[in-house]
Amino acid sequence: MKTYVAQRLVIALLTLLGMSVVIFALLRLAPGDIVDILFSTAGYVSPSEKQAIMKELGIDRPYWVQYVDWIRQMLTGDLGKSYRYDQPAWQIIRPLVPVTLELAALSTLFAVLIGVPTGVISAVRQDTTLDYVLRLFSLAGLSMPAFWLAMVIILCLVTWLAWIPPLSYVSPFEDLKLHAVQFLLPALAVGYRSSALIMRITRSSLLEVMREDYIRTAWAKGQTGRVVIWRHALKNALLPVVTVIGIEFAFLIGGLVVTETVFNLPGVARFLVQAILWRDYPIVQNLVMFIAVVVILSNLLVDMLYGVLDPRVRYGG
Amino acid sequence: MAVSRVEIVVPAGARPRAGRWTALARFARKKPLGAAGGVLILVMLVTAIFAEILQTHDPIATDAAATLASPSADHWLGTDHLGRDIYSRIVHGARVSLIVGVASTLLGSVLGGIIGLLSGYAGGNTDLITQRILDILQGLPLLVLALVMSAALGPAVHNVIIAISIPIIPRAARVIRSSVLSIREMQYVEAARSLGVRHLRIAFRHILPNTMGPFIVLCTAQLGSAILVEATLSFLGLGVPEPYPSWGRMLSVSAAEYAQKAPHLVLFPGLAISLAVFGSNLLGDALRDTLDPRLRGS
Repeated sequence: MKTYVAQRLVIALLTLLGMSVVIFALLRLAPGDIVDILFSTAGYVSPSEKQAIMKELGIDRPYWVQYVDWIRQMLTGDLGKSYRYDQPAWQIIRPLVPVTLELAALSTLFAVLIGVPTGVISAVRQDTTLDYVLRLFSLAGLSMPAFWLAMVIILCLVTWLAWIPPLSYVSPFEDLKLHAVQFLLPALAVGYRSSALIMRITRSSLLEVMREDYIRTAWAKGQTGRVVIWRHALKNALLPVVTVIGIEFAFLIGGLVVTETVFNLPGVARFLVQAILWRDYPIVQNLVMFIAVVVILSNLLVDMLYGVLDPRVRYGG
Repeated sequence: MAVSRVEIVVPAGARPRAGRWTALARFARKKPLGAAGGVLILVMLVTAIFAEILQTHDPIATDAAATLASPSADHWLGTDHLGRDIYSRIVHGARVSLIVGVASTLLGSVLGGIIGLLSGYAGGNTDLITQRILDILQGLPLLVLALVMSAALGPAVHNVIIAISIPIIPRAARVIRSSVLSIREMQYVEAARSLGVRHLRIAFRHILPNTMGPFIVLCTAQLGSAILVEATLSFLGLGVPEPYPSWGRMLSVSAAEYAQKAPHLVLFPGLAISLAVFGSNLLGDALRDTLDPRLRGS
């Protein structure tokens, strides 16, 4: 077990290192340099001024020096300075993290609450009309853009309930109820979309488990259907679902990017979009790296959890 | 002559190739949902090809006299804040969505497919290193990667296509690699090798054609997500630039300001996106069940 964890950690670190190279290279693909973009509104920048700015930003140095410098910065926990705000990036990002984490947690909760029961019902009633309806329902969630779903939800509230959701962020310490409503709606939109994959895995994994001998034994003992399904079958069928929730996390962040924008929530994802639109590259670079770390850590955690949940899983060398 | 007549016995199960139409009809009967998805994609294709004939107004022409008009006999789906006809813009948007969706899916799947084919066939360390590199690409959320790519490349149709295709590469490579791994061990490949056929020729001529099933499934499934990513990028202002009418951008311009006054602005383009993606998801699922039984239910 210990060697396995160590091995996984090394692989995760190598993957992160590779990601940093990819991200660094991708952003250097940009046509024109950052100075031109920064001063595109000013019109003309004299060559000497441009040189001075490039020197100040440190982008006149060779790429590999910039890369090594960036990595050194990241290792010391320094996320650099935002071009736009002229502030250390970490100071801007820190208050945004809880917002995104809360939204991500709520969305995952909704995804599980929608995905697992529909998956179970769909598997138990395999090939009936109900099964088809539920599968269509989940596929529809996968097909609708999360941002559009969010817009439609807002629109419905405004039209039918004449209730306009708060346009700016409400802190939970100010007004807990309003805060909850503000978060539940986008979480529902993102969660419904993410529930599709969970529903599918639950369904197919439950169908597989239902064919096992011990399930037949449970039936033969005269157990009621509910006990067989919820106690015996689901316990084992949920293992792959746990993995999917981990994988889902990367998918979820993609959904959050736009949902935070639509609902005007000050989270990391919305900030990433804004930084990209402003071409604030140091911030973009660091935020993407931050997301990568979160995704990899969550995958790692899920893998570990898997072994705890299922003693049959042996972490071989 | 001793042998005067050679009777060719055709076993009942192996009738001469059933016509394409028969095969299609059988698919439609067995997979009604998949067929419905196919019809949706077909409708989108026809709309994209005949956009000029189907339009009722110039999709780019503005009309100051009829801004934010509700659906009517003249403007079937209403007009936007500049008085442009929503119906005509959706019809032309199908073209943009389909071109970007199909091009990026094909680009990503072909590149990924070749990588998967070669790394799966080569095996050993080449395969191991390739897999780790693909891990890196796949570790980033698809949308985040596409966002960064399209921002770095600048707004242009071909750049959007490249930005969307990059995240597809690792997914395609995985699928093709796994089917190459099993095909590689088959006897006919061994036979080809013992005949002295060169490696590249074995890979491309003998193995590649047999990965077509998973490849088609992959493309159909990815088409939906490519259309969705394009819509999202355009919604954020990083996708297909003006003046092309794109479904995603129709939502972004209208969204915040006019949604309350004119809900049709939000409703119809979003429905168009959802139906297109829904169609390709339905078709993809049905094709997977039919062509690639190993992936069934996953």
